[in-house]
Amino acid sequence: MFVEYFYYLKQILPAVSITEFMTLLQALNKGLIYNMMDFYYISRSILCKNEHHFDLYDIAFANFFKDASINLTDDINQEIWKWLQKNIEVLHFPFSIREFQNVNLEELERRFEQLLKEQNERHDYGNKWIGTQGQSQFGNSGLNTMGIKVAGGVGLRRAVLIAQKRIFKDYRKDIIIGTRQIKVALKRLRRLDDIGKLNELNLDKTIDLTAKNGGDIDLFFEKRKKNNVKLILLMDVGGTMDPYIHQVNLLFSAANHMSHWKDFKYYYFHNCIYDKLYENAARSPKRAIDFDDFLRKYNSSYRIIIIGDQCMHRSELKNPRGAIYDGATNKKPGIYYIEEIAQHYKNNVVWLNPEPNTIEWMSWTRLVISKIIPTYPFTIEGIEKAMDYLRTNGKNSYTTVEQLKGVPLAFY
Amino acid sequence: MSNTSFNQFQGNVNTERVQYIADPQLRNIVNVSIALERPLLVKGEPGTGKTLLSHAIAEALGKRLIIWNIKSTTEAIDGCYMYDTVQRLNDSRFGSDDRDVNNIKDYITLGPLGDAFDSEEQVVLLIDEIDKADIEFPNDLLQELDVMEFYIKEIKEFIKAKTRPIVIITSNNEKELPDAFLRRCVFHWIEFPSKEFMAEICNLHYPNLKKNLLDQCLKHFYWLRTITKIRKMPSTSELLDWIGVLLKSGISVDELTKGIPFLGALIKKENDLEAVLAKAQFPT
Repeated sequence: MFVEYFYYLKQILPAVSITEFMTLLQALNKGLIYNMMDFYYISRSILCKNEHHFDLYDIAFANFFKDASINLTDDINQEIWKWLQKNIEVLHFPFSIREFQNVNLEELERRFEQLLKEQNERHDYGNKWIGTQGQSQFGNSGLNTMGIKVAGGVGLRRAVLIAQKRIFKDYRKDIIIGTRQIKVALKRLRRLDDIGKLNELNLDKTIDLTAKNGGDIDLFFEKRKKNNVKLILLMDVGGTMDPYIHQVNLLFSAANHMSHWKDFKYYYFHNCIYDKLYENAARSPKRAIDFDDFLRKYNSSYRIIIIGDQCMHRSELKNPRGAIYDGATNKKPGIYYIEEIAQHYKNNVVWLNPEPNTIEWMSWTRLVISKIIPTYPFTIEGIEKAMDYLRTNGKNSYTTVEQLKGVPLAFY
Repeated sequence: MSNTSFNQFQGNVNTERVQYIADPQLRNIVNVSIALERPLLVKGEPGTGKTLLSHAIAEALGKRLIIWNIKSTTEAIDGCYMYDTVQRLNDSRFGSDDRDVNNIKDYITLGPLGDAFDSEEQVVLLIDEIDKADIEFPNDLLQELDVMEFYIKEIKEFIKAKTRPIVIITSNNEKELPDAFLRRCVFHWIEFPSKEFMAEICNLHYPNLKKNLLDQCLKHFYWLRTITKIRKMPSTSELLDWIGVLLKSGISVDELTKGIPFLGALIKKENDLEAVLAKAQFPT
């Protein structure tokens, strides 16, 4: 059973190894696990090392044990319930989960219900009635290893119920919650370069050199290391992006509040990039930069993150003067500007798309753009991957550009 | 089955130095990690008592606590030992009365990890905020934590743990920890206390706290935590501080129902304060 459990979890949880499985067996061998509640928590502590994966663990646990759960009737006599909730120092007795499986559950349940009908007073330390600390198969804190636990602190059913509650949903990495998470993800984008003058004393080297120098002080200076990343955010605002405004805000404030960058700039656009990029979300033409000036001002050492749903009418991408809202002043089609950016910044540009990603079905415009600029889902995981891509200049990355290479546009 | 090695840590500690309650799951996991002789990695929201846990364990088991605070510049070797070359260089030129320049041992001092290994009795070793250090730092500790020994290359000697210390590691999630390191740990995520458990915690710290006052405090506190705009959520430690302030000021329950006095003890950021004021229905 445990080997099955292990392989089942291994399919679902990332990075579960034999080491962890052996540790779990060790815990069982040492008798550290008394019941299913312990089993739920201890196996989680040993097999699942990241709270982001707790939700996956819960799903796996609930699924694996769903057939083993006992369904007690809901109208358990309130009085009996109360007796059993009394806090008693639990008499521990080692039992293996294998034994637990051998119990004939239907038979137990039937007798339990029958006893409930017959019993009308409190019974502790006995061996037939429902009560605490006895040897009957019913009740809690008792010595019978095969029985129905009634409202005690433990039980398979409760463990499964806890798993089914999925309280760790919010810790999943594929859902964005706060700026801190994003900051941690953005921190991946770091390249330390030597900058400035030779003005930092390297003590270890100095000592080495001094010793070699026969004890006469020989000072060794070096340059300071600093993050050399210059970042530009280009954000799609308005229209279909409205549902994602909160997410975009989070990313923006995370990037903006980090003292991490050598330079940080941001511009706005609507649906597609055209001949102007705007300094504010209202896209007022007075505060805008011409596309050509943009390329001139920010050379290819800048890293560009574009955020947008890549969702628009075909004409907005393919036709000259296709831009809506902007008075259609663009002489070239939107696709021209997308390609210009991809060419100018080469491996220093990524696109984050907040729309759920399905390769089987994506909008035509999304396909076109994802074929040109590497596109990642706008989730913590997606941001992390995008940052890795930017940091390594696209080395060893398999992006949407390669993924979609052979996909013909005509099908869409 | 022997119970001597298991169930050592009961979870409730109430002494002059440390007041602490661990929920049953945490208590269990602590005992499991002690029995399995594996480091326990604790994560959780700031202010949920990650660091305090090891104080409580040390206090409850009557063991010495050795703390290794990790900083961004900390390296694994700092925890093992330090070889004071500058002192030796200085001594070689100017001489020293109590150190022998020819004996390297005189210039080696053990770090927290070395201290823990060298101790005759079992100690509790806290490696605090391991994620502060460089991304590779935990990997450099694998050997040390696995076999509980390290090598001092200057004097060609192994330092081996006389008794295996109980190792507690805390992390604030600033950086992800490497898989190889995680594989060797037992992991626990401290959940934010429920209202009932929080009441227990408060009662432990302020035994004379009146129930209706506490109820009102908790009501305000959990209301604050529902405001999603707050960046720095108030946590257990802030709540305890706040109740301390309230008790000192001798405020009545009536006043407390009308508003949240001394909000500054709970909310630490200006933006967050604005978010609270925007939501508040009453003068604060």
